[in-house]
Amino acid sequence: MSDDTKPATIELLTFRLAEQEYSLDIMSVREIRGWTHATPLPHAPRYMKGVINLRGTVLPVMDLAERLGLPPREQSDRNVIIVVKHEDIMTGLLVDAVSDIVALTSDDLQPPPELTSAAAAGVVSALTLIEERMIRVLDLPATIDVPESTAA
Amino acid sequence: MSSDIDPMAEIRASFFIECEELLEALQDSLQTMDDGEGDGETINIVFRAVHSIKGGAGAFGLEDLVRFAHRYETVLDEVRAGRFDVTPEAMKVFFQAADHLSDLVRISRDGDAMPDDKTAELLVALDAFLPDSAGDEDDAPEEDIDFQPMGLSLDLDLGEAGSDDAPAFDISDLPPPPPMPGPSAGAFVITFTPTAELFETGNEPALLLRNLMELGQGTVVCDTSNVPDLAGLTPEIPHLSWKITLDADVEQSEIASIFEFVDGLCQLTITEEGAEAPVAAPETPPAASIDAAPPPVVEDEAPPPPPQEPAPADPAPADPAPKPAAGATKPAAGGGPAAAAKSVVRVDLDRIERLVNLVGELVINQAMLSQSLERSGLSPHSDAMNGLEEFQRLTRDIQDSVMMIRAQPVKSLFQRMSRIVREASSAVGKDVRLHTFGESTEVDKTVIERLADPLTHMIRNAVDHGLESREDRIAAGKPPQGSVNLTAAHRSGRVVIEVSDDGSGINRPKVLQIAIDKGLIPPDSQLSDSEIDNLLFLPGFSTATVVSDLSGRGVGMDVVRTAIQALGGRITTTSNPGEGTSFSISLPLTLAVLDGMVVDVAGETLVLPLNLVIETLTLQDSDVEMVRPGNYVIEVRSGFVPLFDLGAAMGYRDPLDGFGDAVVLLIALEDGGRAALLIDNILDQRQVVIKGLDDSFYRASGIAAATILGDGQIALILDPSDIINSSGSMPQTGAAPAIQTAGATA
Repeated sequence: MSDDTKPATIELLTFRLAEQEYSLDIMSVREIRGWTHATPLPHAPRYMKGVINLRGTVLPVMDLAERLGLPPREQSDRNVIIVVKHEDIMTGLLVDAVSDIVALTSDDLQPPPELTSAAAAGVVSALTLIEERMIRVLDLPATIDVPESTAA
Repeated sequence: MSSDIDPMAEIRASFFIECEELLEALQDSLQTMDDGEGDGETINIVFRAVHSIKGGAGAFGLEDLVRFAHRYETVLDEVRAGRFDVTPEAMKVFFQAADHLSDLVRISRDGDAMPDDKTAELLVALDAFLPDSAGDEDDAPEEDIDFQPMGLSLDLDLGEAGSDDAPAFDISDLPPPPPMPGPSAGAFVITFTPTAELFETGNEPALLLRNLMELGQGTVVCDTSNVPDLAGLTPEIPHLSWKITLDADVEQSEIASIFEFVDGLCQLTITEEGAEAPVAAPETPPAASIDAAPPPVVEDEAPPPPPQEPAPADPAPADPAPKPAAGATKPAAGGGPAAAAKSVVRVDLDRIERLVNLVGELVINQAMLSQSLERSGLSPHSDAMNGLEEFQRLTRDIQDSVMMIRAQPVKSLFQRMSRIVREASSAVGKDVRLHTFGESTEVDKTVIERLADPLTHMIRNAVDHGLESREDRIAAGKPPQGSVNLTAAHRSGRVVIEVSDDGSGINRPKVLQIAIDKGLIPPDSQLSDSEIDNLLFLPGFSTATVVSDLSGRGVGMDVVRTAIQALGGRITTTSNPGEGTSFSISLPLTLAVLDGMVVDVAGETLVLPLNLVIETLTLQDSDVEMVRPGNYVIEVRSGFVPLFDLGAAMGYRDPLDGFGDAVVLLIALEDGGRAALLIDNILDQRQVVIKGLDDSFYRASGIAAATILGDGQIALILDPSDIINSSGSMPQTGAAPAIQTAGATA
């Protein structure tokens, strides 16, 4: 994404979270699943929805809206879990709804302004405009790595 | 072990695996000797182990390894021949040499730099046991038989042949063959030219030639004319051929049989010479020439087996010693390890892993099937239900068997520890002896592997901190030699490994002072003895006043504890001033399956390890006594047991007000205590497959792992002791929650 001379093409999976649009690099997305009941983990941070069974493996699921500090909203059937993989660790991200897949060049991405929300700081790596809608591009490692302070 | 790997690398790898086994046998027998229980066979095993390593090393051109092993072996041979009585000092050197040998093996494997100083030092120590240049004649030739020829073939492989003067390879290097009982009779001329396939299948010309020479007297001439210069040399392709003149009273077929395994992998001619051939079985044509195509002769029995079955396939370079033994000419000298009688198959761990995972899936699948059949309303006596029962039993048997594959005795681990004790004790100048018990206790391989580091650390601690100096021991009226005990045992479905020393015990005032000085606890803390002992597990705690290079590098028992916890285990310590300290590690037997009790708590399904459940009770309100608000006990068989509301402890719901009709599980805790867990309902009792929770993501206290139930839902597997510890209200442990938590998050 940082190559200035020859803009690289990237594909983004866009999705909705509390009336806002976010996106992730599609290369990190493994699959998209409908919402199933997650087994809650005791004393877990609020954004940890729990764990689900992904074909025999235990997949932790994180509520992305909670993680980003967005206002809480009702759970609905349209909610989906985006299964992402980062450095061999699979994580489920609960989002409101998946919207689209868009192809962009890195020229279309703009650096985000300084963010004020602590929970979201560093998590949005870029912004882009598609058909007048602003889409936030998430930095996946920052999104899923932050809670490690509680881990061993 | 996939097939696209260079075959030589594969054989090399299997040589190193073999070395590990040999080194284990070596350690074992040395220990037996040291214990004074050795007999003639023990020294033979020691000798053979070193000998076999030397032989294999020669085949791979591991010169340093060969050189050291050879000298070591020479000394051992003196012992074996009864010319040298083993003194305790000699024993010490033998152990050091064995340790060094295993270092050399490891270094050779990893291709690291050789510690030449250490080698030289030990060689001097070893040579000191040899009578001055005497007594070498007897056995020396026999040794050369086993080792020189291999070295030779290797020089060539390595491309020394690139230089124009042909490699140092003349027949005089070949050992004089063992004398033949009978008069020499037939003379054969054999030409042998290996092809590339011969190397690919892991055969070793030197071994063939050696076997050949065991048939009788003869000479081997190597034809190096085809060797290209170094630039053009392809190590995988043989460039040599040999011409052998053999005087032996054997049938031609016997010679052919030596080459049976390389049939079709080489060009071979065997010509019988001389009219005086005495026997000349009628069907053997005089001067018969099995030309370049021996296949017709032994076609059926020429199965160069695939390299991934090491046991039968590579008796060649990886296993040089046992092969001649099979030749049966000199059983005593070159024989393989006695233990080789036990038939063993080496399997890649990945394959077992895969099998274990598949069996795990099978168990889940079977549970799902059972559930759906039960829901279908079939009569319990129907064929389907009967078949299902059978299926369940089989699944369980399969699972047990698979688990057994992974189980290994802790012996190898303990052997490594005896080395640690030797090294650690000499580093700090203490006389220490390690006693091991329960070496045959079997534990999951993964557990054993991951136990090595923490155990090493604990052993070092015991030697460095636990035991007093010699003077202090004598002053305290103890024997000058300190002892460290390492014990393994199965206890209530878990493995308990204990490291204890007979030192001075934990110096509690000092520990307390250090913890205060380091700001780990407030200065006015009032701690019980066991709480002080637990301070040792705090991060960054080190009691050594002098920081030795042995322990006290800033990593301490907290690292040990973290490692043990990662294995689903727990570590506890007990200490008596003046009598010693003991650390006890309790570990799950396997990391794969568990007999669980499936319970319902506040609408969530949880699994408890069945082996921890002592009994189940239904409560009446009157059974419960309040100790103080929020703390309850119940009376069970005239004893009081603390009661924990699992739903509240897990954060699923608020604490209950009344306990009428609640179900309670009486649980055995790690520290030997008991606790009662309040649950809503018992759902089932079944075997569950343990699915690890990713620690790097989120480590939930009280949760050991997760499993997948028959309905596809995930249930958490609880670790009751952990829940109760982290809820911090154990009446008998008293309250030191600050320390407990600090330790737990380490």
